Amino acid sequence: MTAPLIRIRDLTKSFGITPVLRGVSFDVNKGEAIGIIGPSGSGKSTILRCINALVPFDSGSIHVGEVDVGAPNLDRIALRRRVGMVFQQYNLFPHRTALQNVMMAPVQVLKQNKAEVEVRARALMRKVRLEGKEGAFPGELSGGQQQRVAIARSLCMQPEVMLFDEVTAALDPETVKEVLVTIRELAEEGMTCLIVTHEMAFARDVADHVYFTDSGIIVEHGDPKTLFSAPTHERTKAFLERVL
Amino acid sequence: MKRGVLDNRTFPVLLPLAEHLTRRSDNERRYGLPLVRLPGRWIVACAALLVLWAGVAEAQALTAGRESAIDAILKWMPLISRGFALNIAISFIAMGAGTILGMMLGLAQISLMPPVRVGSWALTQFFRNAPWLVLLFYCILVLPFRVTVFGMTFDVPNWLRATVGLTLPVMANVSEIVRGAVQSIPRGQWEAAESLGYSRGQTLREIILPQCVKRMLPPWMNLYAILIMSTPLASIVGVEEAMALTRGALNAERRGDLLIPMYGALLFAFFLYCYPIARVTQALERRHQVTT
Repeated sequence: MTAPLIRIRDLTKSFGITPVLRGVSFDVNKGEAIGIIGPSGSGKSTILRCINALVPFDSGSIHVGEVDVGAPNLDRIALRRRVGMVFQQYNLFPHRTALQNVMMAPVQVLKQNKAEVEVRARALMRKVRLEGKEGAFPGELSGGQQQRVAIARSLCMQPEVMLFDEVTAALDPETVKEVLVTIRELAEEGMTCLIVTHEMAFARDVADHVYFTDSGIIVEHGDPKTLFSAPTHERTKAFLERVL
Repeated sequence: MKRGVLDNRTFPVLLPLAEHLTRRSDNERRYGLPLVRLPGRWIVACAALLVLWAGVAEAQALTAGRESAIDAILKWMPLISRGFALNIAISFIAMGAGTILGMMLGLAQISLMPPVRVGSWALTQFFRNAPWLVLLFYCILVLPFRVTVFGMTFDVPNWLRATVGLTLPVMANVSEIVRGAVQSIPRGQWEAAESLGYSRGQTLREIILPQCVKRMLPPWMNLYAILIMSTPLASIVGVEEAMALTRGALNAERRGDLLIPMYGALLFAFFLYCYPIARVTQALERRHQVTT
């Protein structure tokens, strides 16, 4: 048994006096797809943001590989090249074309050779089925297309883990599917994925392991078939009854 | 209509005006500056007024057996044009220096270091809320008449000190334009950049500021129009620009009937210079409105 890729222990975080995370611990092994579900405000997104050091946490520890995310002298670039993140609002850079969006960070942050990055970026555009849209600006693309460019942009950093933060919540129903297909393919290829989602069916199909969070703690977790069909906790049952 | 108080049932005749005013006040709120607007028919109106003045002066001059107003204007034109060139030079230098300093001050306003942020905010507010003429007097009096650099002594001409006086309010206004533009970029852009490993400086340089340029251009050009129209203030502190030279010419002519045509010609010169700027600004605003 190799060491887990992500190790989270007793993670707590408050915004002001409001506790958002109240002691969260779990491991993610390489190649696993983890689904995180739960009601709004239960701290799902905050877990992802803490892993990526977008927000500092109060206590506990997070390790991504050998990188200690809580260390005061955290090497942010080392962390971010390991951890890719995709946001609900895509957050593409509107002044750059799709291909430039994908290429920017490896060239400007990692100082990689532009020609090599371009080869990789074009391959990723094909992978997310957006061949031919390389020269389009984000404003000219649909929500689903923008979200797939955002996925390609993260992948171009060649991360070991991908964090998906409610990536389909802002999309039209008809474009949700194309994004979910892309994520499913990634998971099947063995990319380690943490997926915060409201798409229960998707979590059930794709995730190897599902965590249900409520009020800042992990209430229940297990393999998706069991968790969705036979939840043991009252809160899980109540939540699943409401959303399914 | 976003913020209209009228709906379709009340006074439909007022709707176009209400829409126009709403759009305009939205723009002004966004830029934090009153916007200069010169519709095309004003050119015609101004030209007609000028012709009228000139005609009246002409008639008076001819009946009194004196040189015509047109001849007088043409005679003084070369001198006043040189003065106008100084107005333009002052505006260019003040705008250039004010923009560079204002960019730095504006970025300091979004610094993560509280002393830098508060200091630059205070500086911006101070110079933004000071009357330009008072600043001008202040600079004329406070700045030295000559400076010695590496043993060489230079005179500091009056116009240069006046330029410094105009640079300060330009700087403060640019600072606010920059701060406003940076803060108008959605937070998600910062987060996305951060998640891709960009540092704060890199994010500003590569992602935030390039998106700001388009937003900053109209208020920046508007500020320039205000600046060039404020350069005649320098005549009050003794700078020999177009306004001062026009007054000088009138003193030399000692003819009351030339007052209106001569100042009218100067007004028209400013109008000819500023109007295209206002039109381009308006066009940029419209394009910006469509793309957001």
